[in-house]
Amino acid sequence: MKLTSRHLLGLDGMAKEELALILDTAVSFREVLDRPIKKVPPLQGKTVVNLFFESSTRTRISFELAERRLSADVVNFTTAASSVSKGETLKDTARNIEAMKIDMVVIRHAAPGSAHFLTRVVDANVINAGDGTHEHPTQGLLDMYTLREKFGTLEGLRVCIVGDISHSRVARSNIFGLTTMGAKVSVCGPATLIPKDIEQLGVKVYHRLDGIIPEVDVLNVLRIQLERQKSGLFPSLREYHRFFGVTKEKVSKAPKPITIMHPGPINRDVELSADLADSEHSVILQQVTNGVAIRMAVLYLLGTTN
Amino acid sequence: MNKSKTIDSENFRRTVNRLAHEIVERNIGTDNLVIVGIRTRGEYLARRLAKKIEEIEGKSVQVGILDITLYRDDLRGRLDQPQLKSTEILFDITGKVVVLVDDVLFTGRTVRSALNALTDLGRPALIELLVLIDRGHRELPIKADFVGKSIPTSFKQEIKVMMTETDSEDSVYVLDVAEEEKETRQ
Repeated sequence: MKLTSRHLLGLDGMAKEELALILDTAVSFREVLDRPIKKVPPLQGKTVVNLFFESSTRTRISFELAERRLSADVVNFTTAASSVSKGETLKDTARNIEAMKIDMVVIRHAAPGSAHFLTRVVDANVINAGDGTHEHPTQGLLDMYTLREKFGTLEGLRVCIVGDISHSRVARSNIFGLTTMGAKVSVCGPATLIPKDIEQLGVKVYHRLDGIIPEVDVLNVLRIQLERQKSGLFPSLREYHRFFGVTKEKVSKAPKPITIMHPGPINRDVELSADLADSEHSVILQQVTNGVAIRMAVLYLLGTTN
Repeated sequence: MNKSKTIDSENFRRTVNRLAHEIVERNIGTDNLVIVGIRTRGEYLARRLAKKIEEIEGKSVQVGILDITLYRDDLRGRLDQPQLKSTEILFDITGKVVVLVDDVLFTGRTVRSALNALTDLGRPALIELLVLIDRGHRELPIKADFVGKSIPTSFKQEIKVMMTETDSEDSVYVLDVAEEEKETRQ
């Protein structure tokens, strides 16, 4: 069994077996992370370039750790100190880097489809680390991994994604992956931040948290981007917090404890109350640890097939 | 395909018992001794040896499972991708006498991978190698300390070890595989 594509661009359209293969492979790498020597040799001699056109701390460090722990050689590229500031196009940047004989590219870019575009101009394996509002497949996978680890299976699991669904690649990757694995996914947020036709992806829509809290096992709380308020999509942070902020008091209405996830970075006491983020039902830090294992699995599966 | 049974279930049991005795004889008991089996059949063998040693010595021996996939030297260039499983060694191997167990010793490349994997986990005082079958044709300078049975083979032959954990019986077969058949399988 191996992946059908040489690239990981999104979870949309991936088969259940492929998603399961990545999750199963990550279990092995999760074990490597608990060893005294957290390094294994399968990508020895391979060179991976991390092309980050958008700022990122967690994802970039997570990818870099994953690459180094698989013994790959790693080159980092950030836009601020690069030829992009001199006006070079993505295509030229990618082609020039490839001319230096690299094997894999991890790309984060503000434009949806940039990872797809890259596969047409370079021969290297391409991994999407977030392309605009399109997809963030490794985040979707690490969320699925964390849930599978906690609940044993994703089949029938009730997950609600709360917040700005319209602008969230994390939400999209989660929806595609989780529905394929048989989970029941819903979304909750203000009408201005939920795409009109989102039901077509197989999710239920809620506009009130108290309507969904009694019905779910998991709340995946998205970061509310402060600049969205300036564009008038919600009136104020205080109002957002009042209606869509996930707090201890609101989740206490559930018949059994709800597992809390967040892709980070958290605006404490805006979309998620601080006490809940630090509570025993939060798996936020497990998500971060599992992220390294998931990225190792993806790099390994793509980097060792011909 | 020609197929001959070289070890039947009775002899399989006797061989495992003898190997268990040899381990405790050479190591003068079980102090500091751990057994690590290479997935998949090495794991089953390791468990059987541990059980037998407990019967002989009255002391239990820790068993670990080693998955060597990440350390293979043929990971790239293969058409299929070997299934990656987990290493499960829930104890520190540093300072221990590790008996490394596999079913068949052939080129020695699996053992080379296993030695690298083990030394990434700690620094054993000593590593001993136990194999059920030594079929010859080494490509690396590796030699087993405990051998169930040496079966000289040709490249046209294959050794099939069956164990009741996954197969219908405990036995070892020598298969004569025609060249063209072997090629299509690879």
